[in-house]
Amino acid sequence: MVKLHQRKFISADPEKCVGCQICEYACSFNKEKVFNPLKSRIRVVRVNQTANMAVTCRLCEDPACVAACPRDALSQDPTTGSIVLDKDKCNGCGWCIEACDYGAMMLHPETKVVYVCDLCKDKPDGPQCVKWCPEEALTVVTSDVLAQKARIGAIKKLFQEKEEKQ
Amino acid sequence: MLGYAGRILQVDLTTGKVRIEKLAEENAKQYIGGIGLGMKLWLDNSKAGVNPLSPENPLVLALGPVSGTMFPTGGNGHAFISKSPATGGVGEAVSHGTFGAELKRAGFDAIIFTGKADKPVYLWIDDDTIQILDASQVWGRSPPETEDAIKTELGDFYIRVASIGLAGEKQSKIACIINEKTRAAGRTGLGAVMGSKNLKAIAVRGTRDIAVAQPDEFINMVKEFHERMKGPAAQKYRTLGTVENVMVQNQLFCMPTRNFNNSHFENADKVSGEVLNERYVEKIIACNSCAMRCEHEALVREGPYKGTLARMEYDNLWALGPNCGVDKLDAIIKASERCNYYGLDATSTGVTISFVMDCHEKGILTHEELGGIDAHFGNAEALIQLIEKIGTREGIGDMLADGVKAAAEKIGKNSIQLAQHIKGLEVTGYDLRCLKTTALGSAVSFRGADHNRSGAYASDVKGKVDRLKAERGRGLIVKETEDVNAIIDSLIICKNAKGTLYKELADMAKLYSLVTGVDMTPEQLRAAGERIINIARIINLREGLTREDDTLPWKVMNQPIQDDGPVKGAVVTQEELDLLLDDYYTARGWTVDGVPTKEKLKELSIEEYQNLT
Repeated sequence: MVKLHQRKFISADPEKCVGCQICEYACSFNKEKVFNPLKSRIRVVRVNQTANMAVTCRLCEDPACVAACPRDALSQDPTTGSIVLDKDKCNGCGWCIEACDYGAMMLHPETKVVYVCDLCKDKPDGPQCVKWCPEEALTVVTSDVLAQKARIGAIKKLFQEKEEKQ
Repeated sequence: MLGYAGRILQVDLTTGKVRIEKLAEENAKQYIGGIGLGMKLWLDNSKAGVNPLSPENPLVLALGPVSGTMFPTGGNGHAFISKSPATGGVGEAVSHGTFGAELKRAGFDAIIFTGKADKPVYLWIDDDTIQILDASQVWGRSPPETEDAIKTELGDFYIRVASIGLAGEKQSKIACIINEKTRAAGRTGLGAVMGSKNLKAIAVRGTRDIAVAQPDEFINMVKEFHERMKGPAAQKYRTLGTVENVMVQNQLFCMPTRNFNNSHFENADKVSGEVLNERYVEKIIACNSCAMRCEHEALVREGPYKGTLARMEYDNLWALGPNCGVDKLDAIIKASERCNYYGLDATSTGVTISFVMDCHEKGILTHEELGGIDAHFGNAEALIQLIEKIGTREGIGDMLADGVKAAAEKIGKNSIQLAQHIKGLEVTGYDLRCLKTTALGSAVSFRGADHNRSGAYASDVKGKVDRLKAERGRGLIVKETEDVNAIIDSLIICKNAKGTLYKELADMAKLYSLVTGVDMTPEQLRAAGERIINIARIINLREGLTREDDTLPWKVMNQPIQDDGPVKGAVVTQEELDLLLDDYYTARGWTVDGVPTKEKLKELSIEEYQNLT
């Protein structure tokens, strides 16, 4: 039986994200009781004044970070798809950081091992960044839902254009 | 004490030496941070009568105790304080963005710059590693270009930069200090102070944790403010933004037009906040930690200015638009972008250009003197040409680059009557003739013309008082709002978020206590606000300002509003101003000359400054 993808990750809507960095504070406060973007599992990028977006782990199907780790410190949870770190094996070499196309893997400034979004698995109300985002720009989605949204958006635009022409 | 980093960085640009000092806890409690702490540090580190553009004039950069935390808008501000080259008194300007939070994470509450570098430099703060680096590669470049170049040179794209443009380098007295490309510590010409020190930029990277004293209560307070910011208190800023004021004030006939020749702009609907949002606003973005996001980025999508991007607020739109009789939004956006490019205070620049247009129309400045620029009200091209001249100090621009007061003094021919300034600082977009509480607030504002120093305009505009009447009681309104605003600018909370402080002082006292762990009562905080205003007054008195300087522009006092409408004939007479000043000084516990009494200083525990008054 074919099954829909179950893996959910945190995705930011570039139209809605305003670059406020509240997600960074929510993450570092939730995880480490301090305010410090360097300890956040989600990071905000402002390319210019009109291009802002938060980025975190996308739970890839074939995660490059896991493949890149020479010490087998990283693995992917078969159920949730999140990246799991074996702290004892990690020596902070940074191969996974280099391998990740999205900058989702980071070296922790104090523990000196890598860290990555774990979708706040210990929190009953789910990822704290999503909960705090004042713009509702962050959502926990599957890639199927993202594709659905894109499809609907494209078709709406198409029909709108058609109506305008009529 | 949490909240504060506990350290002050002393940078002597002449010797290139830096020194880290402890922040005295007493100063932190008495002056809070931001403009309060900054003025205290400036006063204690300067000599009376110092030339604002000399190496001896310290430039202070100060943060608030909340900077770097998650408190919405409070987490992200910074303030520059010095002696203003425009007014000769206190100069201060606050900006928001992410720069302040980064500096706090580097572990500093304030930086005091003294001296002058022998060549262009920038300061690079990489946590505890402080370096003064060569800035010759970025000298002459705009703040946005400088920011990008420094990030590339240092190889870290999360570095935050505050810098000056060409105007600051050329010590224009209307030059500002810009961070994150579109945010400015705009007023009082502090960009010139930076330029006079050969200091092009301050670049910061900070990696420390910011902890608060009572994290759980604090996070609940943050959550509550997030909710407040979704509500009516922030609705204006979340939707149209401050540009909403264009239509509101035009309807009240309090939008100065064509350099105060009118108080109502017939083409306001062409430059309204509604039109700006519909046609030009590309994106609304937020400063660090802010849950109400208000920065309206306007993009010109077609025509000669295609591709121009600038942040639009009421003040720059008004100053460069209606105030110059210009009704073309694309040109106003272009003009704003040019101000950012050169590092010019858009408000002062607009008022300077409206002054030139007024002079030209009245025959005081000829076509030849203007280098062929057709400086008539409403000429959008002339507006942009004049900004280029001012930004580069070329031709007529050299005379105009120090603002209206200096320009009028050079031009003579009674042109001072057309110069819209108070204490040498150009006015903001409120017609003071028909907003008499605002007029008092602006007259006594320690940094010169400014509606925001007191915030008394709210009483006038919202109809809480008869705005055309000068009467006793207005002094107290101005005093109380001044005290509150002094605290807002010292904690450094954004003024746009003022409405979300439902219980003003009580909210801020709670915030201070939760962050620092020091119990602060609303009354203690109010007293701190009063202390800060008194310190500002003491600085101004020490620098030679008197009651005579608490005055209004000539037109506001001598040229009644001529537009047919609800405020026709309104003007502020000398008698009215005197009544208002007396009332205000009484409310402040100052003498009739505006000097804080010995008793007042004692009450505020600042009798040490008695001899300066």
